[in-house]
Amino acid sequence: MVQKSPDRNYTPGKLPLRERALRMAFLQRIHDIPGGEKLHRCIQCGTCSGSCPVSWAMDLMPRELIAHFRAGDIETILHSRTIWLCASCYACTERCPQGIRVTDIIYSLKRLAIDSDITLEHDGAHKLPQIFVDIINKYGRNHELGLMMRYYLRTNPLQLLRMASLGLAMMKRRRITFTPPRVEKALKDIRLIIAHAERLEVPKEIFSPEYRPDTVGYRAIDKVSSRSSKSPSTTE
Amino acid sequence: MKYAYYPGCSLESSSRMYDSSLREVFRCLDLELVELEDWNCCGATAYFSVKETVSLAVSARNLALAELSNLDIVAPCSSCFTILLKTHHMLEGNTELSDKINEALGAVGLSYKGTVRVRHPLEVLVNDVGLDKIRKTVKVPLDGFAIAPYYGCQIARGESSFDDSEDPVFMDKLFATLGARLVYFPHKVRCCGGMLMYTWEDIAVRLVTDLMRCAQENGAHLISTTCPMCHANLDLHLKQVRKLYPEAKPMSTYFFTQLLGLALGIPAEKLGFDLNYIPIDQRLKDVIQRTREVSHA
Ligand code: SF4
Ligand code: SF4
Ligand code: SF4
Ligand code: SF4
Repeated sequence: MVQKSPDRNYTPGKLPLRERALRMAFLQRIHDIPGGEKLHRCIQCGTCSGSCPVSWAMDLMPRELIAHFRAGDIETILHSRTIWLCASCYACTERCPQGIRVTDIIYSLKRLAIDSDITLEHDGAHKLPQIFVDIINKYGRNHELGLMMRYYLRTNPLQLLRMASLGLAMMKRRRITFTPPRVEKALKDIRLIIAHAERLEVPKEIFSPEYRPDTVGYRAIDKVSSRSSKSPSTTE
Repeated sequence: MKYAYYPGCSLESSSRMYDSSLREVFRCLDLELVELEDWNCCGATAYFSVKETVSLAVSARNLALAELSNLDIVAPCSSCFTILLKTHHMLEGNTELSDKINEALGAVGLSYKGTVRVRHPLEVLVNDVGLDKIRKTVKVPLDGFAIAPYYGCQIARGESSFDDSEDPVFMDKLFATLGARLVYFPHKVRCCGGMLMYTWEDIAVRLVTDLMRCAQENGAHLISTTCPMCHANLDLHLKQVRKLYPEAKPMSTYFFTQLLGLALGIPAEKLGFDLNYIPIDQRLKDVIQRTREVSHA
């Protein structure tokens, strides 16, 4: 089940402050998706949910993500297993009759959940990408054994024992190695690039409501036909 | 023909037979691969789930390197292919974003103008080499083989447009050219679960079971794949699959380049057939024997 945060009081027709902030942050994150504004065209047909290979294990269907966004309930989305269960297979995006990039929207939601420190309570799935990022920042390339070890140590150490014989078989075939990959020039360069890009990253914090117009969602229907990235105007 | 080659991290370790077989096949067909010097991980789905700008910059470094060489970039891993292509498309036509990325790349004197073509080796083989030439080069036809062509979820979807997204046929055509029989395999683009094998094993195992059952019940002898993650998921988890599907046979999964290499008469040792976890099946051993005879003749 999706957990609700306990301290939310609803006033019908008015978004709580935190929800407002999350909404702004979300809109800002889908801004860079080409065609991101198409979100408002969702007809709730459920093609995405029907195409999703893991929807049977989700607590919110892909279609419901969009319904919750419209209902002003992003917090529930961010608490869901759904966003971390998404395997980025693009089936939903491929088939959406309205051209909505559901996969990219889910990517944005993952980033928003991490930035807002909203994590899964009983699962560690959200930790895997972050460990992956640490490894890339450190070595410039992925180290499969390192990724696996760190992830299981942090989430489910017993699994390491269960995987031991498989790991040995893989090692015998030199399909995994103890030593992380070595890249010389790349490592220095990639760290510099990352350091620079970090400064240009979409800000974690919430920004003034003027920052981005609400070009998606009910409020914007019929008002905006294309992305107005160059001249943000206030919506309030 | 000459291409910039982006192997990706998996091809350095868990699927090094994809790397070796790809290089062998390309050499055999007179295609030159120039490995990008000091490439870095494209960031995969994981980096993109954590940071947008940084992950695009990390991925764009490889595109910038390829741009310097003026060559198309060949990326065999489905994930790399998808992410590199995605990066290219996200930067295309979004000046705000590409300015940011170029500013970051500028820290090491690189920039990306957006001229690189991201290619999948399957598409290169079918479009640039052509099935006719491949047919003429075949030394050991794969007849008698029933293959389930598994494309995985990503290479025909998203920004990729070389093949049909619901029913891709490039691998089907390739194997038909090699004399193999393609079985009915409706799951050809169904996701194997990818990284879910780490995070929610039970869920991923169900997806893998669906794939294996589909291949087996349609009479496949083996599964051919284009993606390292798919290969790992299909090759390493037979034990768990049997809990859900006790009749599961030890069905081998090979990279399409391994099977192609065999048909082209490349010795099996160079193609890494012995690296799978699931033991090699008899039928394949026979073909390998025939390649030996051909290369000795
Ligand atoms: S398939 Fe597209 S239009 Fe239909 S519910 Fe999903 S997102 Fe909305
Ligand atoms: S991309 Fe994610 S949500 Fe969409 S179909 Fe695939 S797993 Fe489901
Ligand atoms: S997607 Fe996988 S194989 Fe490709 S570069 Fe990244 S970690 Fe490596
Ligand atoms: S099928 Fe699996 S491994 Fe292959 S591309 Fe999809 S998620 Fe990745």
